[in-house]
This record gives sequence, C-alpha cells and structure tokens, in this order.
Amino acid sequence: MIDGLLSRRVVLRAALAGAAAAVVRAGSAQPGEPRVIEMVARRFVYEPNEIELKAGVRVIIAIKSLDFVHGMNIPDLHQRLDLVPGKITRLELQPQAPGEIEFVCDNFCGDGHETMHGRFVVRA
Amino acid sequence: MDRRHFLNLAAVGGGAVFASGLAGCAGAQGTAKADSNDFYFVQLSDVHWGYEGPANPDARVTLRKAVATVNALPTQPEFIVFTGDLTHTTDDPAERRRRLAEFKRIVADLEVKTVRFMPGEHDASLDRGAAFQEFFGDTHYTFDHKGVHFIVLDNVSDPGARIGEEQLAWLQADLDKLEKKAPIVVLTHRPLFDLAPKWDWATRDGAQAVALLMPHENVTVFYGHIHQEHHQMTGHIAHHSAKSLIFALPAPGSQPNRTPLPWDAGAPYKGLGFREIEAEDAGRTFSVTELPVVRA
Repeated sequence: MIDGLLSRRVVLRAALAGAAAAVVRAGSAQPGEPRVIEMVARRFVYEPNEIELKAGVRVIIAIKSLDFVHGMNIPDLHQRLDLVPGKITRLELQPQAPGEIEFVCDNFCGDGHETMHGRFVVRA
Repeated sequence: MDRRHFLNLAAVGGGAVFASGLAGCAGAQGTAKADSNDFYFVQLSDVHWGYEGPANPDARVTLRKAVATVNALPTQPEFIVFTGDLTHTTDDPAERRRRLAEFKRIVADLEVKTVRFMPGEHDASLDRGAAFQEFFGDTHYTFDHKGVHFIVLDNVSDPGARIGEEQLAWLQADLDKLEKKAPIVVLTHRPLFDLAPKWDWATRDGAQAVALLMPHENVTVFYGHIHQEHHQMTGHIAHHSAKSLIFALPAPGSQPNRTPLPWDAGAPYKGLGFREIEAEDAGRTFSVTELPVVRA
C-alpha cells in the first residue's frame, strides 16, 4: 500500500516542484554519447537537487562528493550508490516515462542528513 | 494498576491482526487470567538529548518529565528499554560524550534499575558506536526474562544502516540454540523491513535478519527511529515502532520530506510518549499501552 501511495506521488508531484530547488534541464536526445550532467554531493545537499530529464533520453549523472561517503538511493529504480570523495561516480539513466524519481542519502552523514534528498523530473 | 485499552498485537492464525480490546489489569479487576510469567516492560525511544530547535522548545526538560512519569506508574515495570537515538547527533566527539553522559545521569533517576540501551544512528553512525560503547557497552546482545528471549540488534553503527555479515552470523548462531516455538523479542532502532526507503526508513540488510527469524514461530519486533506508533507484519512477525520523546514525524510517505511535525503550544508533547508492553501467554502475545510524557 505504501509503495502504491508513493508511486502515485511520483506522478502527481511532478507539477509541484519547489521554486527554490535548483533545476538542471537535460537537452534533447543527441546522437552518440549521452549528455553528462554534473552533480555535487556535500553535507547535507545534492547540487543540483532537481534535474529535469527527457523520457527515453540517456544521460550520465557524474557525481562528486566533497566531504563524506554519501549515499544515493533511488528506490524506484532499485539502485543505490556510494559516493566516495575523490572520485567521480557515474550513474547512467534512461527514464522511460514522465514522472518523478526521488533519491535520498542513505548513509547517515550528520545533523541534516534527513534533508539530503533530490529528484529527477522526467518530462515527455 | 491503570493500564487499559490494550491493543492486542497477537498474530492470529498467521494473519496480520491487531485486535483492539479492553483488557483490564490482570488480577486487579478479575477480567483476565493472570499468569505468573506475565510481565510488563516500558519502551522509551528517540530522546535526542542535545536537540535544540523549534520542533520541541521544551527539549531540556522533556526527558526528565518522562522519567518522572515512568517513576509514577502505579506498578513499576520489570525493566525498561531505550530503543536508540538517546542523543542528537553532533560532529564533535567531546560533545557527543557530554550528551551521552548527561542522558545517562538523567535516566539514572529511573526507579527501575534494570535498563537496556541500544544506539540509534544519531548516537553511533558517525563513530561506528565508539562513544556509545564507552557509556553503555555492547551495541548488540541478548538477555532473557521469564522465558522470553530478547535480541538487541544494531542496525546503526554502520552509517549505511547495515546489520552486517558478522552480526547476522551471530544472530543465526543465537537462534540456532532456540526451540522454534520459543518466544523471541527483537529490539532494534531502525525498521527491519522497507517501511519508507525514500525517507531512509529501512535497514539495508534487514530482510536477511527477517529471513533468519522467519522459521521461529513467536517473534515480535519493537523499534524506534520513525517517531510514531506504527504496526506492520512481515509474514507472522509483528513489527511495532514507538513514539519519540523529542518530536513527532509525519506518517510514512505522507508528505514530500520527513520534516518534524510542528510543536503545538496549545498541546505540548502532542504525538510524543512512551509505551508499556505487557507480555502474555508466556511471551507469545504482547499488548501495548501508549502513554503521554505527562499524565493528567
């Protein structure tokens, strides 16, 4: 039941993206190499914490952690990463349908860990 | 005794059942059959000593008031458990120890002296449990009380919320010594099942612990972490989370973020509290009574 509720939220909340959130938009599908979108993880934020993607378009999220082995758990995709400082962690995504895909730090990183989350907003 | 409105948490016939019921104090009102092995204990959780913020402007005294309320219970529990997040996290190791020491001094005023502690991620994740162990000893252990086997699992000393292979092997070895019908209570901080992974309300390898427990017929889990009462079954295993003593959190998945529910000045301590847990039927069923921080 909980999963069902969250799945509905994924769709419904796509139109409710917070105005304060930093947004990166992925471009149209390109031939050849996928577009690379850079992201920084640091206590207690992802920058940007909201990234627009286009359904069916493959992208690479290149994540650099500055200060901690933050986690990046994407439950809807059954995927998680450890973001080790000093290296770039690459996440390949090709979302298939419009909606919202949330991610959260799942390595406890201190007083503010609970605020460390973000989302991919997938447009048609 | 003044325990009433028990929530019967027994799994009936393998189904996921929480049958509400009125069970007066066994013996005192003559409505329930008393068993010499029946007992009750108190669970307190998520104290977050050291927290300062608008979600609880009364944070400096809330724990002391809860201690006084426990001490005023008409019948004292046989023991007390704290299911983690004794302190609010800090990057400063000295401050962490100061908070643990203050917490320990305050709860030393509990009249019941058999108190079991376990860490939450706020206590243990930033130093892998080092400071906690200095004050309270092992982060995972077992004890027995009137035929019930209690297992304390540590799913927080690893910042990635893993129990870990070593502790899982220890759990397996402990369970191997028990009869399949033995009453077992697991005490831990995080939910062992995926309650809300998007809110980090899970244990990464919790499913492995549940799988080890599954062959045992009488298993009940009491935990904290989510700052609210919650009841869920995984097969025949019941999982019950406790309220906090610092601030309440929203229902799982009910809003985008897991921000604390605002303090209600008109109803201080709303959503906070602790619970009595009554073991019945030789520890095969449990009844819970939720109590507020301050009783009228």
